Amino acid sequence: MSSETQKILTTDGIPLEESLKKAEKKNKIKAFLLVAPLLLYLLITYIFPIGDMFLRSIDDKMVTKMLPKTFKAMEQWDGKDLPSEEVFEAFYLDYRILVKEKTFGKLATQLNYEKNGFKSILKKLARKQKKFEEGNYKEQIMKVHKRWANVEYWRAIKRRAPNYTYAKYLKGVDMYEDENGKIVQVEESRRVHKKLWFRTLEIAFFVTVFCFLMAYPIAHLLATLPMKYSNLLMICVLLPFWTSLLVRTASWMILLQQQGIVNDFFVWIGLVADESRPEMMYNKTGTYVAMTQILLPFMVLPLYSVMKTISPSLMRAGKSLGGTPFVAFWKVYFPLTIPGIGAGCLLVFILAIGYYITPALVGGASGTLISNQIAYHMKSTLDWSFASAMGLMLLLGVLAIYWVYNKLVGIDNIKLG
Amino acid sequence: MSKNNAFVKFEKVDKSYDGKLLVVKDLNLDIAEGEFITMLGPSGSGKTTCLMMLAGFETPTNGEIFLDSNPISNIPPHKRGIGMVFQNYALFPHMTVYENLAFPLKVRKISKDDIDKKVDKALSMVSLSGFENRMPGQLSGGQQQRVAVARALVFDPAVVLMDEPLGALDKNLRESMQYEIKHIHESIGVTVVYVTHDQGEALTMSNRIAVFNDGKVQQLSSPDKLYEEPQNSFVAEFIGENNRFDGEVLDVSNGVCKVKIGQGEILANPISVKSKGEKTTVSIRPERALINPKDKMDNNQKGKIEEVIYHGDHTRVRINLLGNSDFILKVPNSSQNLDIKLGNEISIGWNSQDARALDPK
Repeated sequence: MSSETQKILTTDGIPLEESLKKAEKKNKIKAFLLVAPLLLYLLITYIFPIGDMFLRSIDDKMVTKMLPKTFKAMEQWDGKDLPSEEVFEAFYLDYRILVKEKTFGKLATQLNYEKNGFKSILKKLARKQKKFEEGNYKEQIMKVHKRWANVEYWRAIKRRAPNYTYAKYLKGVDMYEDENGKIVQVEESRRVHKKLWFRTLEIAFFVTVFCFLMAYPIAHLLATLPMKYSNLLMICVLLPFWTSLLVRTASWMILLQQQGIVNDFFVWIGLVADESRPEMMYNKTGTYVAMTQILLPFMVLPLYSVMKTISPSLMRAGKSLGGTPFVAFWKVYFPLTIPGIGAGCLLVFILAIGYYITPALVGGASGTLISNQIAYHMKSTLDWSFASAMGLMLLLGVLAIYWVYNKLVGIDNIKLG
Repeated sequence: MSKNNAFVKFEKVDKSYDGKLLVVKDLNLDIAEGEFITMLGPSGSGKTTCLMMLAGFETPTNGEIFLDSNPISNIPPHKRGIGMVFQNYALFPHMTVYENLAFPLKVRKISKDDIDKKVDKALSMVSLSGFENRMPGQLSGGQQQRVAVARALVFDPAVVLMDEPLGALDKNLRESMQYEIKHIHESIGVTVVYVTHDQGEALTMSNRIAVFNDGKVQQLSSPDKLYEEPQNSFVAEFIGENNRFDGEVLDVSNGVCKVKIGQGEILANPISVKSKGEKTTVSIRPERALINPKDKMDNNQKGKIEEVIYHGDHTRVRINLLGNSDFILKVPNSSQNLDIKLGNEISIGWNSQDARALDPK
């Protein structure tokens, strides 16, 4: 048919589409108003902070603002040899203001991130510049310390010229942009973050596996037991869920410490000698045990909700058709629970990958995750931009996992409840 | 082939779930090879439990079940080789029709070629050839039901159990499926044990019907006998329509008994009454009582018409007779114009042979 077919009209002669839109308009506005508070809430508490985090992680205006004249003068500099007199003069003028305002310490910290050794020569310059004479600043500055005659340091300053930088992201994976603008790895002894990322993935993966192995039988029991028992079991599953996370982690600390209940029990039954009590806390073991227990309900509930819908007659049919109980389970029951497995694993893995309190309390040095590193930079080094960068990398990682998962399993094959 | 008259045998089977209540009481039942037997009864009468015991999903609390003379109580379900059609079909939703049918053959390690042949044959038997690659969710209820039947038959089991397989279908489809299952049974001669609470279904399909109530078989006989000659008042009530009089036996002689009903007296066929003074329930099928009978009948009563309901091919007339205001008559609409009008007093007659004096209700 051609596109010029007659428009369908209502009885009153108004085009049908228009009439429909008009009729539905009120409902649409109503629906929007109903979700508006949630939308606003999401904007304020989710979208806006993430946007702010992103800006913070790439923001590098601080140095730019402290050395405006220097960077202007540097625009002409090709970066090959030492910069010209104008650059030195501009730097002297900028720096004099910073010293007067007593904010040059911040610059020292920032430039020291870029190249080690900046702190001392800047401090020295702060002392000596008071006696500087007018003119020929290049020589006067170079006289303060021989490093000022090293072109590397001037290149380091120039690198901080742009308002925005992705250096924090490189740092998050133990890389940096070297003097020649090439992206290289930091030396072996200082590669901490990569190890942490891998450990985070490893712990999240194994916690997911342990949760799955434990939750599957529980969920199956929950779905098949008669109501009065299954309710009780459900409460047993949910009770820890309702208890404060901190309390649960603290109870694991009581249980797992070297003089704790579990170790006492092992000694009592003679499994281990009193003097060789195993360390079950402040290492990976502690993180595994506590996180598995804490995340278990997130695996049980989606599995349960899927298993509940599987008719018991399917297993019976499998058996009556000649399948052994194992075959009936593996060929009939298990494939039908895959949507629940998918949902549970995704949920537990994503929660585990960003877990903070539990590994912080029971993880020790070998059981901490990337989130603990983020918190460390938030609270101790106050390098918020780096913390933001890592936070965003974690978020992107989660989104990537979700995307891969969608490709492999398909999101519509997931059932959360 | 010599037919085994007790191919499936229940012997003194009791079943209790909680140790307090017997859901099946002293069940003795022989099912012949190739027979289509229906367990019929209201819900909670123990019929499904019997089926589950035969399939192996429940164990008898007492007694033994034999299949081809072998006790099977200790054989797990997957080794019994009994096909089963479930109430909700129980098709595997993640497998295609072909995979569903191939499942019992694959677990029996049958070669791929034979599987293809058998699946083909089974699907054509239920007239679903060409549906191999559909998923069960893409089929209508009736088609799913056929697949379930085909799957239960595809591995040539000796016995097929059907647990209210037509319960979820609409009326027309149910009727056509009844005939279809009946024809499949006739053509391949498999032994079928069928459970239903729908008496019409049972009467249409079965060779014999076991009427269950309260954990016991009330009567085991062919459909016509069950309808025409119910052995007790439960069966008379449960199967078909029934007019019922409660009364007391006045006299039994020469195969006829006299029963006092309220103020009147009727003659009846003494089935389970023996002597004077016994309480009894007399059962008369609606079509056995006639209005203004031409032939001489040994029961003749006058009644007042209380209600006339038009039913298409027949008219149902409710009459107050001997104090029973629920006496129903079926009058064919083609018959001569009788004087059926509300409030009319009419004469009704029946043979004492058709009025069965059964146990009191």
